[in-house]
Amino acid sequence: MQQIVNFILRNKSFLFFLLLLSISVSLTIQSHSYHRSKFINSANFFTGGLYNTSNSISSYFNLEEENQKLNKENARLNTLIGNTKKESISYIDTTTFENTFKFTPARIIKNSYSKQQNVLLINKGKKDSIKDDLAVIDNNKIIGITANYNSKYATVISILNTTSRISAQLKKTNHFGTLSWNGKSPKVVQLTDIQKNAPVKIGDTIITSGRSSIFPKGILIGSIKDFKLDITENYYEINVSLFNDMTNLEHVMVIENKDKSLIEDLLNNE
Amino acid sequence: MNNLLSIHTLRFLLLIVFQVLLFNHIDFLGYVNPYIYILFIALYPVKNNRMLFLFLSFLLGLIIDFFMDSGGINATASLIIAFIRPAVLKFSFGAVYEHNVLKFNNTNFIQKLAYFSILIVIHHFFYFLMEFFNISKIILILKNTLLSSIFTILLSILITTIFSKKTK
Repeated sequence: MQQIVNFILRNKSFLFFLLLLSISVSLTIQSHSYHRSKFINSANFFTGGLYNTSNSISSYFNLEEENQKLNKENARLNTLIGNTKKESISYIDTTTFENTFKFTPARIIKNSYSKQQNVLLINKGKKDSIKDDLAVIDNNKIIGITANYNSKYATVISILNTTSRISAQLKKTNHFGTLSWNGKSPKVVQLTDIQKNAPVKIGDTIITSGRSSIFPKGILIGSIKDFKLDITENYYEINVSLFNDMTNLEHVMVIENKDKSLIEDLLNNE
Repeated sequence: MNNLLSIHTLRFLLLIVFQVLLFNHIDFLGYVNPYIYILFIALYPVKNNRMLFLFLSFLLGLIIDFFMDSGGINATASLIIAFIRPAVLKFSFGAVYEHNVLKFNNTNFIQKLAYFSILIVIHHFFYFLMEFFNISKIILILKNTLLSSIFTILLSILITTIFSKKTK
């Protein structure tokens, strides 16, 4: 017994090192095996507050560019409204149309794209009825899915995250697959599990499939850069160049699918 | 003693703020960032309470992890270099370290360069090993380690030279 106590006392700093090392390694493993870290995330009062302050200063630097972007978006929506009116008498917009999707505007206060697990931070949280697993888009182009949140901030798992998986499909046909990222370029993501008989061509548009009940169907992702068959020769592996410039983001929309719990209940019952 | 304590506390906080707000957003060539916060670990007093030093390094890494949403990557890498620092000190400064008269302000440049380089390369290697977490991507890990290390070494030499008080 005396010897054990002596051993611990002699090696106390080494044992302390081992203890801290096991904590940090287990946090790392957790962040790799599960797509959100429960404890270590920037959606808390302190880190969120600091990023918010710094963003409120730096956002002035690209006001002009952001204004142009918003103008373009406005123009696109105006044409959409104008054209819809002509086509049919029943007037469609998101406030009346079945009311399935709820849009919340938000601002990105921390962007990241050079790492393997890129996580963004937005300035909306539980107060603005942000939950986990909501879609985040910019100008009808995909960005990511919300993960952790507190009262004022929420983290977003970017599509540029090696653990992110999103259901996507070809725009022309309904062949669908899984969108993931290999961690190499912030402009190119990978679409796998597309059936071999699907008509895949370079330049074709890829959109979200709406199957996961997170993203509505038809959010733009990118165009096909190149493709090849995988090892089993049954599925395509497609490189998709993103429409969105993930390195330059500011104003985004968070989309909540109000029917999500209904859909999930139905699927779970089967 | 009080003065020394306040210098290190200030350095701890300033390095975190600069790392998070400035150095994490450089993205040279798209992905090369310097991790300058480990200057705190490198410049910590040589005569120290080992447990406290290990804990502070771990805490520093963990705070950076909170900001970067990166699990425990920075905490692991910082902890490892804090643990091996005595060996690196002995290797790079030799007799001066053993006689307990080491002061970072008046050391020879080559020794300082060697000391920083070893610590930074080891830190960055473990950092990227933890980030990729996949040994089959070892080439990418080594490439990232090399590029980021060069960047960090240059910056840390610059910063320590600018902020050093000449004791002549």
